[in-house]
Amino acid sequence: MTLLKISNLQLSMKSYEGETPILHGIDLTIKRGEVWGMVGETGSGKSLTGLSISRLIPTPPGRYLAGSIEFQGIDVLKATDREMRALRGRHLGMIFQDPTTNLNPAFRIGTQLVDVALHAGHADPSVLGLSPGASRRQFKDAARQTAIDMLGKVGIPNASERINDYPHQFSGGMRQRVLIAMAMIGKPDLLIADEPTTALDVSVQAQVLRLIHELVAERNIGVLLITHNLGVVAQICTHVAVMYCGRILEAGAVHDVLKRPSHSYTRALLDSVPTVHTKRGELRGLGDLQPEALA
Amino acid sequence: MLYFILRRLVLVVPILIGLTLLLFVVARLLPGDPVGLAAGPNASAETIAQLRQEFGFDQPLPIQYWTYVTGLLQGDWGTSVFTRRPVFEDILTYLPATLELVFAALLLAVVIGIPLGLLTAVYRNGALDYATRTLALGGIAMPRFFLGLLLQLAFAAWLGWLPLSGRYPFIEMPPETITGFYTIDSLLAGDFYALRVAIAHLVLPAFAMALSPLATIMRMMRASTIEVLQQDYVMTERALGLSNRLILFKYVLKNAMTSTLTVIGLYVSWLLGGTVLVETVFDWPGLGLYASQAILTQDFMPVIGVTLVIAIIYLITMLVVDLLYGVFNPKVRYA
Repeated sequence: MTLLKISNLQLSMKSYEGETPILHGIDLTIKRGEVWGMVGETGSGKSLTGLSISRLIPTPPGRYLAGSIEFQGIDVLKATDREMRALRGRHLGMIFQDPTTNLNPAFRIGTQLVDVALHAGHADPSVLGLSPGASRRQFKDAARQTAIDMLGKVGIPNASERINDYPHQFSGGMRQRVLIAMAMIGKPDLLIADEPTTALDVSVQAQVLRLIHELVAERNIGVLLITHNLGVVAQICTHVAVMYCGRILEAGAVHDVLKRPSHSYTRALLDSVPTVHTKRGELRGLGDLQPEALA
Repeated sequence: MLYFILRRLVLVVPILIGLTLLLFVVARLLPGDPVGLAAGPNASAETIAQLRQEFGFDQPLPIQYWTYVTGLLQGDWGTSVFTRRPVFEDILTYLPATLELVFAALLLAVVIGIPLGLLTAVYRNGALDYATRTLALGGIAMPRFFLGLLLQLAFAAWLGWLPLSGRYPFIEMPPETITGFYTIDSLLAGDFYALRVAIAHLVLPAFAMALSPLATIMRMMRASTIEVLQQDYVMTERALGLSNRLILFKYVLKNAMTSTLTVIGLYVSWLLGGTVLVETVFDWPGLGLYASQAILTQDFMPVIGVTLVIAIIYLITMLVVDLLYGVFNPKVRYA
């Protein structure tokens, strides 16, 4: 079942120096159960594609020149703010890169989790296991219980006590787990994870990836995983899209793309990953592949 | 927490000792003779000498200071040379009026300044932002007593909506004293007529005092809100569907309060000191008016007393502000 269909998405950004085109026609389709990795270097438009799906890019300075984003039959770019808010948190979950800055430092994590759960619950009471006519009190209690369950599920020990702690009382990996819990508490259908493991060390990174993988398998949802890291893609993705300069150069099943890259950029990207056989000082870059060359 | 408060309270003692010493010496070294002024132009040299002896002014300064400090601890804050009334009792009489005025001004400044700061940060460079920016500039630049005079002219003399000055009409009985705050006392007594009268008298002087802190708090709040709005967690909250109202008035507000809190604390002492000007303009029977009358007659016991009270209130305010930091920023909770 198709969850998300991005067609010919074109985005430009205005600045004092004029309008710069950023995305040059993105096409991407994500179905339930698919884990899409989106790789590419800094500035290639990965994050802006992810933010566009939740319509989180302010317009202006952003402007969509053409294309559409269809999520569960709703045209995201044409939806009202109200419709968008009903999607966010409930049908669309998001996780961002830096767990140290993405939790509000002045509030207990429980408060933040409960507010997201309440929001999702108001959009769809069944998320909290309630019927539409439930009282405020029931909503509150159910939201809190769901928050505790979710924290336990992402592997926070003593969830019912730790829910009263502030973000600074958690380690980086723990905080990313809390953020995953926040993104998953509304039982979303699509999870957009924007470099969720970049700020974490390798062992914690593996745990977090495993956690995402488990949640995906359990709920059969779609995932868009934005990353620099081809290793991460190889570990948990079913599909991969290679982005460069606002375009998707190559997309398909992980095996096909990583084993038999058809585009020279993908090959260069794969070559640039150092292995044990790489000689000292012999890190390969992208060489002559300039943006113009690909236009 | 308790340890923190106790430690801070212990630190207050040396500050107060230093302050009394400084005040006492400066007040006594000033030229002029309060006793001579109090005795009147026709008093003979013997009368003045007798008065000096009565007030202990013939003693050496260190002994006078010692007498004063030991008196302070026993609730004897000296006697006014001019009115012959004990300073401590006078201060107790006038303090509630001043506190009521200062709290009213602070309340106005905070209740109006903080939401305006939040809104101008969200709608920055909009009409509201430009209008309040201009007003803020005026509000900060305008001297309080001059603003007070303008307000009196407009709302009392021309429009006649509010009383010109005073705290309560002379010919009427103010509400029975419980806290000394007329607004609270009339509420406690359930006397809504008295409440209306008390508030009508309070509005103009409170607003004259509030405008400058209001403007500063608003600008401060605007700046810190803009900073907080750019934080990653605001994007996360938005991405997970929380409403703009919830994000702004719950999640952003609390984070943006920390720096504004410092300004609010500082303004408490600014307001207390400023009562000298505003109370004189509005004939408000508080510490400021009391102190200004004492200054004019070089009656230094009340001046020292008032200064001490303001200093103590300031120290308490700073302690409260430091404790409030812990409320707004859990990372600085005190062990």
